[in-house]
Order: sequence, then C-alpha cells, then structure tokens
Amino acid sequence: MSETPNETLTGAQITVRLLERQGVRLVTGYPGGAILPIYDALGQSTAIRHVLARHEQGAGFIAQGMARVSGEVAVCMASSGPGATNLLTAIADAKLDSIPLVAITGQVPKAMIGTDAFQEVDTYGLSVPITKHNFLVSSTEELLDVIPRAFAIAASGRPGPVLIDIPKDVQSRTIEVAEWPAPGQRVMPAPADGMALAEAASLIAAAKRPLLYLGGGVIHAGASELALELAEISTLPTVMTLMALGAMPVDHPLSLGMLGMHGAPYTNLALDECDLLIAVGARFDDRATGKVAAFCPQAKIIHIDIDAAELDKIKTAHVGIVADVAEALTRLLPLLPENPRAEWNARIDALKAAHPQPLPGVNDPRSHFGLIRAVAACLDDDAIVATDVGQHQMWAAQAYPLRRPRQWLTSGGLGTMGFGVPAAIGAALAAPERTVVCFTGDGSILMNIQELVTAAEQRANVKIVLMNNAVLGLVHQQQTLFYGQRLFASEFQSMPDFVAAARALGIAAVDLDQAANPCAALADAFARPGPCLIHAGIDAEQKVYPMVPPGAANRDMIGAQA
Amino acid sequence: MNAINRNENQALSRAVLEIDVANHPGVMSHVVGLFSRRAYNVEGILCLPVGDGRQSRIWLLVNEDQRLPQMIRQVEKLEDVNAVRRHHADHAVFTDLEAFFQA
Ligand SMILES: Cc1ncc(C[n+]2csc(CCOP(=O)(O)OP(=O)(O)O)c2C)c(N)n1
Ligand SMILES: [Mg+2]
Repeated sequence: MSETPNETLTGAQITVRLLERQGVRLVTGYPGGAILPIYDALGQSTAIRHVLARHEQGAGFIAQGMARVSGEVAVCMASSGPGATNLLTAIADAKLDSIPLVAITGQVPKAMIGTDAFQEVDTYGLSVPITKHNFLVSSTEELLDVIPRAFAIAASGRPGPVLIDIPKDVQSRTIEVAEWPAPGQRVMPAPADGMALAEAASLIAAAKRPLLYLGGGVIHAGASELALELAEISTLPTVMTLMALGAMPVDHPLSLGMLGMHGAPYTNLALDECDLLIAVGARFDDRATGKVAAFCPQAKIIHIDIDAAELDKIKTAHVGIVADVAEALTRLLPLLPENPRAEWNARIDALKAAHPQPLPGVNDPRSHFGLIRAVAACLDDDAIVATDVGQHQMWAAQAYPLRRPRQWLTSGGLGTMGFGVPAAIGAALAAPERTVVCFTGDGSILMNIQELVTAAEQRANVKIVLMNNAVLGLVHQQQTLFYGQRLFASEFQSMPDFVAAARALGIAAVDLDQAANPCAALADAFARPGPCLIHAGIDAEQKVYPMVPPGAANRDMIGAQA
Repeated sequence: MNAINRNENQALSRAVLEIDVANHPGVMSHVVGLFSRRAYNVEGILCLPVGDGRQSRIWLLVNEDQRLPQMIRQVEKLEDVNAVRRHHADHAVFTDLEAFFQA
C-alpha cells in the first residue's frame, strides 16, 4: 500500500508498472497493432529492458531460457492473431516442462471481439489446454488483480505458463489508481504429511534394493542438494529423467545417469531389479518408463510430488506424498539412518561394468560423442548447456558431464525442434557471466534460425554447436530400425551453407570440418566472447543407442552392446 | 464427436460431480475441456450461479470409468475450481430433470 496520491494511468502503463513492481527487469517479445499501447508504455520504462526477438516463437523460448536458468517467472509478449498463435508452441512447451512464464498478448478491442476483426483469434480459447491458467482481461481495473495473480500462479505449486490476453481498449483506457496491489508471490503448499514421511522412511530402511528416481521437479524446487543428501545417507543409487539431469553430478558414485528410452543399459537393468523406487518430482513419463507394466516390476513405490494429480496417474504409489519436494526431503532426511547397502551397490557396480553406455568414438572430436566431450573440455561447470531436439540432444544427454542443477536446458515433454537457439539466448541474457553452449541439428536450427540475428544484436554469449548429419536424424533412425529402412522425408536434398548463413545473420562462424585441429578450433571459438556458430559434419548412420523401441519394456533395449 | 470408447463401454455405472467454481466466461470451457480432450464423454451438464453470483456450481453426469479419479484430480487443479464433490448417479439433480428430456 502506497501513500502517494491517486495516479491517472492507462491500462498499458498500469501493466508496465505492475511488471516493474513484480521485479521484472527483462522482457522479450514482438510488437503489433493490438499490443502497441503496452509497447508504448514499455518504451517509457527505465527499469525494464525489452529484447526484440525475430519471431514470437523465438520470444517464447527466449523467455523460457531465462526462466529455466533463473527459476524466476519470465515474461514474453506478442500481438493478437498471428503474434499470439506464433507464441503457442513455446507456451505448450513450458506447460509440459513446468516452466514459469507469463505471456502477455494484445487482443482486438472488446467491442470487436467475435466479429472476425483483423488479427482476431480466440487466444483465450486456444490457450486453455496449454496453460496452467489464462485470463481474458475485461476491464482496465482488472489488471490490478490479474497481473499479480498471474505471477503467483506461474510460480506456485507446480510451475507453469500463464497467459494474459488484454484487449487494446483495456490497454488504452485510463483509470485512477489509488493503491497498488502487492506483487504476486509463490505460495507455499501445505506441508508433507508426517505419517506418510515416517512410512516412507521405514520403507526405505526395509528395502534391500532401493533406487532414487529424480525428475525435473527436483530442479524446480531447488532440492538437488537435499536429493543428493538423501542418496548419500541411505546410499541410494540414483537415476534421473531428461529433465533432472544435473540434479546429481553424473560422475557421482551413486549416479546411474538418465533412465528410459535412451538411458544407459545398466541404468534400465538396475531399475528392473529394484525393490523400492523413490520417485521425487518425477511423473513416470512414457519416455522414462517404457512399457509401464514392465517398469520396476518388483518395486514398491514412494512418490513425492507437488502436483496431487501426478500421484497414481501412471503407477499407484504405496506411499504418496503431496508436497514441495524440498520441504518433504528436509523432513525425511532426519528419519533415515545411515545405510551402506554394500551388497546392492556391489550389484550396481557389477551392472555398470557388464553393461556400460556405449560411447563409440568418444576420443575422436570428429565423431558425435567425441565432439560433445571436446566441447565439454573447453568449459567448466559454470557453463550452461542447451539443446535442440533430435539425436544430438540425446547424445548430449548421454555424454555431456552435467554436474549442476539449471545447467541443462532441453525441451523434454514437448520435444520441440527450434527450442535450442532462442532458449540459449534467453539463458545468456539471464546469466551474462556464463558461457552458453547449444547443441543443435541441421533440422532444428532452421526452425528458429532467425534468432541468430537476436543473438548478434544482443551479443549473447552463445556457442551454437551444429551437429550436421544432413538428416532428420531421429526420424532417419526410426525409419531405419522400425520402418524397413524406407527413408522418406528424412534426408535433406539441399543443404544451406550454415557457416555463410550464420555470418550473413551477423554472428561469427567456424567450420570444424575444415579445421586441421578441431580441438584447437573449438578452444579458439570458445575463447572469443559473443555468439558463434560451430559447424561439424556428423555421420548420418550413427544411432542413438541404446534405444527402447516405443512401447517396449525398458529391459528390451536395442544397441546396448558397447 | 466423442466416440464411446472401450473404457466407457465397460463403465459399470455413472457418477455425478458437483463442482464449485468462480463464475466467469471461460470456466465452463476449462472444466469441460479436460474431459473432451481425453475423449471422456460428459453425459449431462448443468450450471447456475449460486449466492451473490460470484460463484457458480457445475453439475456433471459422467460415466464412471477407471479414469474418473484422475479426472477429478485434474478438475481440482483448475485455478477457478474451489471444490469437487462426487455423488452417485441417482442424485436428484439429474433424475429430477428427466421430464425435460423425453424423446
Ligand atoms: C517442431 C518439431 N517437428 C517435428 C519433430 C519430430 N522430430 C523429432 S527429432 C527430428 C529430427 C531432428 O533433426 P535434427 O535437428 O537435424 O537433429 P538430428 O536428429 O539429426 O540430430 C524430428 C523431425 C519435432 N520433435 N519437433
Ligand atoms: Mg540432423
């Protein structure tokens, strides 16, 4: 509550003021007629910097990069009609990966809604199933309630995207503001049930072959250290989902790395043997579980998640705990005695030795795994690793030594090609002191290549490693393995000169294929600040192995032999 | 639109859901959208404001299949939903309306 006299402000000015009061210092977006009042007000703001993307989808993913790195709600904006529809993919992606966003869209004036006005689409209706919540603001006064609420909703519980659709007349109308609402804050959920925690503790104590299964919720809750403590106290071998990579350093003795469709052979085999699965902030996604009936067939399940609807959705939990996972783990830890579990960990070590992750060519920087490791060798754990979607993404997940929460940015749930470049830019904007590397593919990069211009304009410190196999690798792989080798629409007939294209779009570029010493060329590229495209040819016949065929049990991996 | 799927054919009975919601345009599509996108047929819908009109109550008649508990949790998650109560299919809210639905 402020003591200042009433101010007369437009809806647009109120919107910007509320964003400022919310602590927002960086927004990204793309203007158009229906959001011009807000852009006009934004231009007057000294507190908020606006980064102009080159496509609304780019803006959505830039905002995601900011949110994934910082854990804070990020803001993107677009105009009505095509601006809003272009944003939708990034919003849907945020929904599936539980990323806190506030997306603000302009809408045609209220009186014209429903008349098929120029650039009118039903943004509210379109966004219902892909947002955590959405608003169509019907009066200027409502902004004072809706905007703080949108931030609170995006950040509270299971995070997610919230869309605010604001008709142009609502933006333009002036009202008197007598007092300002408090900024929207994360609301803590009810504490974990103490009885259930005690039950969980006794299940863990009684288990002979327990496994800890960490999901993206652990990252979102800032609970990685607690999860590590849990694993160490009770000597729990630990698997991570694609979204949780970094929660435990991959080279930690208890880490079994990623599970599921492209998990290491020993990881999936260990899951087959466990008698207790402790799922924390994970949702039993089909890429993680494979055929559900065959997933951890002998295991009792403890499931801790902030979203009650995740419990019993795929697998029925013996102990289900709805809570903030950090709060639940904090209270679970003191209930657990130290437990060395020598026999089980010896069994795990034997599985690791007998069924390792195949990493062909890992010492050759001109091969896929070797390139990823050579990139890692140029960087320390402060670096951020973003990916696009495809084989390169899975290879990076398998081979990059991820050691820190929020180090790894990847489109997990929606698997959106085009995510990588803009998300990396957003990461670089949110954490300008860090180097951001983005592994991308020749297919994926073309989906948002226009954002290289944004990277150039912002001098974002992003190093884009383009693993060019001249194919839609994952599609090529599935056609080869499961469709009688009938390759169709997965091989590019025509390939742009990516190095020249990057330079034409304003960023430095280097072709590792032309470099006499690829490692030296990489080191050189990483040593120079600012954006750079690093192009490397990759053999199109390489596969992501092991692979659990879609619908098969995780134990039935193909390509698991080293 | 919503073909009756195997799940629903196997349904043993029906259930009535009583849902307290904030009364604004759009709340209906949030609630019903959860069902339609899962091809889960809603057999009956009734909605009227309650009290001062800031709240509404939605009544749904649905098939009782194995997905219903998950559906209820999804409905409970909606921002505009305050409470969900589950009743037997013989609840008066729909049986008393039958007179209006003679072929
Ligand atoms: C927007 C979008 N369209 C289609 C797909 C399906 N898809 C998944 S991976 C892939 C191929 C990706 O090719 P590329 O970026 O070259 O990566 P590679 O697999 O070759 O490493 C395709 C088409 C997708 N995930 N996202
Ligand atoms: Mg490719």
